Amino acid sequence: MFLKKLTALTVSVAAMGVTAIPAVAQDFSGITVDILTRPGYVIAGRLAERGLEFEEMTGAKVVVTEVPFAEIFPKIQNDWSTGTNSIDIGVFAAGWGVELDAAGLLEDLDPYVAADSKIDLDDIAPYFREFGQKVGGKTKLLMVDGDFQMVYYRTDVLGSAGLEPPRTWEEYLEVASKIHGQDMNGDGEADYGSCIFKKRNAQSYFAIQTFAAPIVQTQGTAQGFHFDNATMKPMVQNAGWKKAFELYKATGEFGPPEELNLDIGDTRALFKAGRCGLIVEWGDPGTLQLDDDATAIRGKMYAISAIGSTEVLDRATGKLVPVSAETAPYAIDGINYSPFAAFGGWAGAINKKADQATKDASYAFLSYMNQSAQSGVDVTIGATGYNPYRTSQLASTDLWVKAGMPQDLADNYLGAINGAIDNLNMSSDMKIPGAQQYTGVVLDTQLARYLAGEITVDEALDNIAEGWDEITEDFGRSDQVAAQGLALGN
Amino acid sequence: MTLYTTSRQPTVISAGVTLRNRLGEWVDRHSGTFFIAPCATLILIFAIFPTIYSIFFAVSRVRFTGDGLKFRYVGLRNFSKQFFGSSEVHFLGRTDPVSIFGYTIFVIIVVALLVWLWRSQKYTTWVGMIGRTISAAMAIFLSWILCASFLSGNAIGTLYTTLFYVIIGCTFQFVIGTGLAFLCSQPISGKNFFRVVFFIPLMITPLGVGYAMRMVADVTKGPFEPLLGFLGLSDWIWSVDAWSARFVMMVGDSWQWIPFIFICMLAALENVPGDHVEAAQVDGASSPQIFREIIWPQVLPVAATVLLIRMIEAFKIVDLPNIMTGGGPGTATESMTLQSMYIWRANDMGSSAAIAYLLLILTVVVCASFFNYVVLGQVKKVGA
Repeated sequence: MFLKKLTALTVSVAAMGVTAIPAVAQDFSGITVDILTRPGYVIAGRLAERGLEFEEMTGAKVVVTEVPFAEIFPKIQNDWSTGTNSIDIGVFAAGWGVELDAAGLLEDLDPYVAADSKIDLDDIAPYFREFGQKVGGKTKLLMVDGDFQMVYYRTDVLGSAGLEPPRTWEEYLEVASKIHGQDMNGDGEADYGSCIFKKRNAQSYFAIQTFAAPIVQTQGTAQGFHFDNATMKPMVQNAGWKKAFELYKATGEFGPPEELNLDIGDTRALFKAGRCGLIVEWGDPGTLQLDDDATAIRGKMYAISAIGSTEVLDRATGKLVPVSAETAPYAIDGINYSPFAAFGGWAGAINKKADQATKDASYAFLSYMNQSAQSGVDVTIGATGYNPYRTSQLASTDLWVKAGMPQDLADNYLGAINGAIDNLNMSSDMKIPGAQQYTGVVLDTQLARYLAGEITVDEALDNIAEGWDEITEDFGRSDQVAAQGLALGN
Repeated sequence: MTLYTTSRQPTVISAGVTLRNRLGEWVDRHSGTFFIAPCATLILIFAIFPTIYSIFFAVSRVRFTGDGLKFRYVGLRNFSKQFFGSSEVHFLGRTDPVSIFGYTIFVIIVVALLVWLWRSQKYTTWVGMIGRTISAAMAIFLSWILCASFLSGNAIGTLYTTLFYVIIGCTFQFVIGTGLAFLCSQPISGKNFFRVVFFIPLMITPLGVGYAMRMVADVTKGPFEPLLGFLGLSDWIWSVDAWSARFVMMVGDSWQWIPFIFICMLAALENVPGDHVEAAQVDGASSPQIFREIIWPQVLPVAATVLLIRMIEAFKIVDLPNIMTGGGPGTATESMTLQSMYIWRANDMGSSAAIAYLLLILTVVVCASFFNYVVLGQVKKVGA
């Protein structure tokens, strides 16, 4: 009799437990989700605000820790690899996930996604869904932001000067030279033709790739523009990258005098104050110009999805050749475009070694951030740093007009982003182990030294090639060849 | 039977002594060692062991995996690439082409060093000769880099940027700090107020100093913007020129560390017996004579120690260039410590450890040479 009662009790408790799972799935009381990301309100601020909402809904406490940009990746890698596990979610560049995943540090999110009825992954633009969120065919990250680097110009400044928006980097320099020194915000001071964040150890190395991509990549996204994909020999010691470096440096003639020491926050302050005629930026200026402190440029900063080149690299000779149907099959009107998916967007990944309850709460939070109900609002607020990555956010201007964006600007803004995403020659950011080291350390350092006049462009490119080769050897050349093939969809 | 042990003070042990007694006496004899042992062990664990352990990093490629750190032995590659590989120009600076002037100065320095070494062997021991040979080898290497880079009009690397902060910065700080200390040791009104004011910067965290200096040195919005405009320097941007950026770094570093020199030298100056000075005054000595003949010899040991400590600290400068310029423009303000930190931040632990070891070697040789040949030389001269 006792055994029967015990059995019945056990079965009942088990049944209650099973039936209770869906009910308590969103109750994460007592759980703390620790997130690590970049400093400042951009990216981190909205995570914290949404974290408070999430805590109210589920009981889980969300703590956002901010570290300097250059320290995000190593801190996460260190924490997760050494078993410190003080971080549950890392929010970083989508492309960096591959190195963490190769070390077995990322939680596979496919099972979570399969049980998630609200995330609607099909609504995420294919590039961000397949490139940003997946590693090795499995979903390992969830986007909170979608990134392309574009060029913005002041419609009023170019209009009054009778200038057309630039289509090539040479035209960019020409336009910048003609508007440089004009008073663009009515404060009586001379302003700048071009503003680019060129500070070392910041994000200058993305901008140089935006310059290089249309000169070096001609045969579609799968071609890439950093390496010979078959051997992983660096493809930087050529006339294409050399021209990109020289053009990039030349923009400094029409920029703020302290440009070499300007981070992205500094250039944003400048263009919001109406001091820049042309800028290289991500999607943020589209919405940042709606901020209260950007009255000088509200509705005046239009986007160009990509700046192109009339000359492209002949990889066989290492020299530049004119654009033609053979040399650049995706060219439009004699100009080869290659919009650069710089950074790939901010995405969240979960520490595989976190305990299951924390992983559940972490996924639920990332999903909450990613769902269109939340992200559809967040991407329209410039200060968040979040740019659109869902089809529903890119298909219609309604969302943006509702958020206060003038219809013309919304048409231009979404048109530019869609133009970049839809371009078959779109260039992809590095997505191989060591990506941050290849670009954030080696490329960034040599670029900074060239800009400062310490070394010549040839020396810079030689040093980059040597540095990249060392990293490739460290990770194993054959492994890197395979990773590169996977990253570019070959 | 009487048994004599080999202890410093022979102990008489009776024939019926037990093993326990002998053990107790052995412990007594070695009690000093036992008392020191915990401290020595702690030092070994917390100071020496990490230093030795980091050698494994310096000769390895370290990878982060899900199972922790994986080491792959790469020999001296992390070191050699600082001299011959992709980091050569970053570390040493550009050493090509070398000017005639550079070659000439280098030859003069080498000849001088060889003469000094030849003369040394007449009066020094073999151990001393080994030390002098190491110092001379380091001096020849550093001279070559200096002559091939800076003196030939080429850019310097992190090696000489560090030495700039150490040699020029410490000299500047020592002169100003000693001068202020001398002033405050005089019977002037309000000297206690000045002592506190001069001491404040030392109590601020280096990060705070970095941010404060960044704001102060901002030529477009900083407090000196009107002054620069008045002087016609409104277009001067210190942060985009290598030498002006290094100079601003040095000024920021000096602002923080002059108080250290000041407070130590003030204590030394105030310990100079007043009657010695008064006696010299009675004898009609002038102020410069009193300083040179009475005060300076008495503060020299403190001055040398302070300068040595300051030099060792200066080799490790990292906060200011990291915050103010991120090591830029280019790598112009990047010290070896900052170079090591940036590489470490990219999780290249091996190269980072290699640079740290190179810095350790440089610091030890330069500081030991400075102490042996400059400080001790001065002290002996004064003593004579």
